[in-house]
Amino acid sequence: MSASTFQTNSKAIKWIESRLPVISFVHESLVVYPTPKNLNYWWNFGSLAGIALVIQIVTGIVLSMHYTPHVSLAFNSVEHIMRDVNYGWLLRYIHANGASMFFIVVYVHICRGLYFGSYKAPREILWWLGLVIFLLMMATAFMGYVLPWGQMSFWGATVITNLFSAFPVVGKSIVTWLWGGFSVDNATLNRFYSLHFLLPFAIVGVVVVHIWALHTTKSNNPLGIDIKGPQDTLPFHPYYTVKDMFGLGVFMTVFALFVFFAPNYMGHPDNYIPANPLVTPAHIVPEWYFLPYYAILRSVPDKLGGVVLMFGSILLMFAMPWLDFSRVRSARFRPIFKQAYWLFVINAVVLGYIGGQPPEGMYIIIGRIATTYYFVHLLVLVPLISLFERPLPLPESISNAVLGGSAVPKGAAAAPEKH
Amino acid sequence: MAETNASGAHGAEPTRRDFLYVAAAGMGAVAVGSAVWPLINQMNPSADVLALSSTEVNIGNVAVGASITVVWRGKPVFVRHRSDAEIKAANDVNLADLKDPQPDAKRVTKPEWLIVLGVCTHLGCVPLGYQGEYGGYFCPCHGSTYDTSGRIRKGPAPLNLEVPQYSFLTDTTVRIG
Repeated sequence: MSASTFQTNSKAIKWIESRLPVISFVHESLVVYPTPKNLNYWWNFGSLAGIALVIQIVTGIVLSMHYTPHVSLAFNSVEHIMRDVNYGWLLRYIHANGASMFFIVVYVHICRGLYFGSYKAPREILWWLGLVIFLLMMATAFMGYVLPWGQMSFWGATVITNLFSAFPVVGKSIVTWLWGGFSVDNATLNRFYSLHFLLPFAIVGVVVVHIWALHTTKSNNPLGIDIKGPQDTLPFHPYYTVKDMFGLGVFMTVFALFVFFAPNYMGHPDNYIPANPLVTPAHIVPEWYFLPYYAILRSVPDKLGGVVLMFGSILLMFAMPWLDFSRVRSARFRPIFKQAYWLFVINAVVLGYIGGQPPEGMYIIIGRIATTYYFVHLLVLVPLISLFERPLPLPESISNAVLGGSAVPKGAAAAPEKH
Repeated sequence: MAETNASGAHGAEPTRRDFLYVAAAGMGAVAVGSAVWPLINQMNPSADVLALSSTEVNIGNVAVGASITVVWRGKPVFVRHRSDAEIKAANDVNLADLKDPQPDAKRVTKPEWLIVLGVCTHLGCVPLGYQGEYGGYFCPCHGSTYDTSGRIRKGPAPLNLEVPQYSFLTDTTVRIG
């Protein structure tokens, strides 16, 4: 990072700059950062995810001032927040719905990356860091859901920690170690609280590195072609700060609709029943954002196999840069990949639906088909398409495509995305 | 390393300095390991949790065909007074058909009393008694079905319901653990 573009006459700023070039750093990364001039609204979701993370941390810290992590007090302390603490209901509803909003935004962000090939060279490490953030988010959200100590909290914790018992030989010792006892109990609640507090800050750390990698390789764009010069870019401020702010307004509107009009829509009524270690609710399901993975887990009739496929479904994403070896990044120029992509997204939604249904009859069969398709897509279809597909001709440059230059093939860049 | 003693790098004669490097690194590894171990082991069950290792139950008023659930180590234990039909069903099974083959006689000390952990061996839910097609237990979470001996017959669970250590102190008192 050279401070070459940053100019100032202020003596005070010069004094700071010569000791810690923080002002020029912010200037480089938030003001003049060269951004492709053709980014569409799918590129809003990265900054939205960052804002969602900040909202979770801020509300989480104030909630922790009123919450008690003990099996006999936890449930009541959450009710105390809801009924007695000033604006406690608001803070908790923001935090609970904020988790869902965070996942929505991150899922869109991941799908954006998959569609426009943002995982391909030179952005592999950027993609991995994003997946690490996603895994940390899942761990954090899972442990946070345990804290209210309702029935779903308790049984969700029991089922998920028991996943580790599937490993041969050491499985049982691992589970006992995770629990700090012979069942999910006070020791478990305490450590989950501690880790639920810690992990968001670990996420912040990985986010910083994620952005570092992003600013090294620069943003991908809907055409998936490289930036060839200054004519292809715009300064981040004011063009994308304004665009991000507009998206933020829409996001906050949707968020507020949930918080104020349907705060429990994405929760489970069973979690308003205090945890009871002797009675499992008739139908336990995880939060909606885990349902596709839960469906994969349940589709496999073998315990270890289900656990391996469930973790494998995410870990396989790390290999995307090599499973998809087509030179063309954006699905806009990949007619077959584009169709396979949408089938994959629909399939993921089907898995999510199946994960929320009881494991019986047709649901098992559909779940098995969808699970198979998930892996066939990643391991067979994507490599085969990379091999045999004939991509459409790419525009000469971002600038040419945006300005409707003659070199642009008809319909390639001019047609707006229709999703 | 090699710049102080060029011959050491080429594997000729190990020098005293080489020995010091290896010894220092080895001691460092031991030191780090012993510092990390308490941080890991603190998560294992604490002394007070381990102390709650047995519980005594009065089974005098559990009628034939009825079952009670008691808590042992924070987990439910089913104490089931089996009827003759249930005992017969548990014995009339071809062991070769079982996923986790075990004769009923090995799972009980008195045939009329079935004592098993009420924890599904799949992912730890509490199965429901007297349900499922074998009349034993049915786990509502992922559909594992157990017979009247608590053996897995159908569904994703890999093992039979665990039989805890127990002994009959008198005809009507049993100690679990």
